[in-house]
Amino acid sequence: MVAAPDSLTVFAPQGMLGYGIPERSMRLGMERRPDILAVDAGSIDPGPHYLGSGTSFTNRRSVRKDLEMILDAAHAHRIPVLIGSAGGAGGDAHLDWLIEIYREICRERGYGFRTARISAEIDRGWLRSRLADGAISPLDHDNVLTPGHLERATRIVGQMGYEPFMRAIEAGAEVVIAGRSFDPVMMGAHALLQGFDRGLTVHMGKLLECGGAAAYPRHGSDGLLATLYRDSFTVEPPNPDKVCTVASVAAHSLYERANPYHMEFPGGAIDLHATRFEQESERRVRISGTRYIAAPHYTIKLEGVERVGYRTIAIAGVRDPILISRFDDYVANIRSRVAERYPDGYRLTIHSYGRNGVMGPIEAARAEQPFELGLVFEVVADDPETSAAVLALTRSAALHVTYPGRKAIAGNLAFPFSPSDIAVGPVYEFTIHHLVEVEDPCAPFAMDLFTT
Amino acid sequence: MPEQSPRRPSGALANTATIGDVAAFVTSKNAGPYKVALDIVFATAAEYERFVGQAGLDRAAVAAIYGIPLADVLDVIHFAPAFAVKITLRRRITAGATGDSDVYGAQQHVPLMQHRIAW
Repeated sequence: MVAAPDSLTVFAPQGMLGYGIPERSMRLGMERRPDILAVDAGSIDPGPHYLGSGTSFTNRRSVRKDLEMILDAAHAHRIPVLIGSAGGAGGDAHLDWLIEIYREICRERGYGFRTARISAEIDRGWLRSRLADGAISPLDHDNVLTPGHLERATRIVGQMGYEPFMRAIEAGAEVVIAGRSFDPVMMGAHALLQGFDRGLTVHMGKLLECGGAAAYPRHGSDGLLATLYRDSFTVEPPNPDKVCTVASVAAHSLYERANPYHMEFPGGAIDLHATRFEQESERRVRISGTRYIAAPHYTIKLEGVERVGYRTIAIAGVRDPILISRFDDYVANIRSRVAERYPDGYRLTIHSYGRNGVMGPIEAARAEQPFELGLVFEVVADDPETSAAVLALTRSAALHVTYPGRKAIAGNLAFPFSPSDIAVGPVYEFTIHHLVEVEDPCAPFAMDLFTT
Repeated sequence: MPEQSPRRPSGALANTATIGDVAAFVTSKNAGPYKVALDIVFATAAEYERFVGQAGLDRAAVAAIYGIPLADVLDVIHFAPAFAVKITLRRRITAGATGDSDVYGAQQHVPLMQHRIAW
């Protein structure tokens, strides 16, 4: 056991693997001799599709380019790399997609890293027994989980905490690639092993997880450096054109969180009521006073989706002012034409951009009539054939139905593309967003070790 | 950047401004698939304190601005360290579910940004 260091520097070269790393920021960041490279590779924000389909919302070529830069830097400086929420949604398909890219790079460059792969897909038999024990509760909603949800879910992941990463580091891993992870854990697993303050460690990770987003100007994908001390930590962008200010850092504490004073994570929470943000230099902010509060039970957040059908869409514009003035009549006529042939078994949505396409029923703006509208016709049905058939009828009805005062009797729509109908594929919805109590924070997350 | 530059309205609008006129940022973004968080961030402590003192922005006011039930405004939190006010709304539709129109929740800020306050 080596003596505990007084400080630890963590470099997050970007907020999302695959969103790009400025080469100058990478070089300047590495010149600061960080102890660890850590990067978040996923998010739940792009929606339920990716968890269901097993695909990444990030692009393979872009991910490969970023990972090459990270591995080159790690190899040259002999420092560990920790990556969480691999492949975006962090299921096994996503994790193996990223590991395949990783192995390609290592093979081409001759890198031999001792590597840990940590799965975040959770065993359903174990979840059923946890459910029977009353150890699963809804998060942010009131839908009680049932055995049926577990059975129907296409894929279920759990957000791992610090412990699975700590176990991988203790097992000698130089590179850790993990499935779905609580965003800040990659940045703090070493710090917790070295006994740094837990509240400061979590807060530091929270600021690093989005890379340069905690610096101003907030523009483009970029990195952030943090140095953790025994009583505080500092953050600073490697990019000399950016600055961390008290406002930029404090504002980032708000980001994607319901409550800036209190942030929960697997095993506890941090409390920011006594946090101090101090401008230490023109570009660096020092943070202290963030407190850790242990949770009565260690919980893991579960995320799961169910397939609810297949989507087909068509996109079209409307320029005719008479149609726009009678838009509600027009839509009613389309719906009744479609319903004559297909009374039920699908869901038809007409998104009308220029009217209330973004805010929907709560749109309060009452502007004068727009000169054009953008329409997206959307059908979701149980099978792809029904979805395509209903959308095709909707599209032809929309092109030809009448409305009061109509003069343009040859066609109602301007289609930008041929073909007009686009099969989007399976549609998933979040059905599992729950907390499960666990005894051993590592047990649900299987780890394999290999050397590239 | 605010949609409109600060102006000096006359008549009934004298001594008023929109939140977008006076704040540095007004943003919205999912806080998980079931909530949308709205942030109003000011450039200085003085502007933040002036806003907190006279905007009267509480849960009922936010419900009225958005035309949604009070129960769907989950929280209004003042966060002095960032010169910011954070509002959390319950989403009408879970992110990405059929019928949703804003998967990231990134364009739900406009009613707040255009809300007019005494200033």
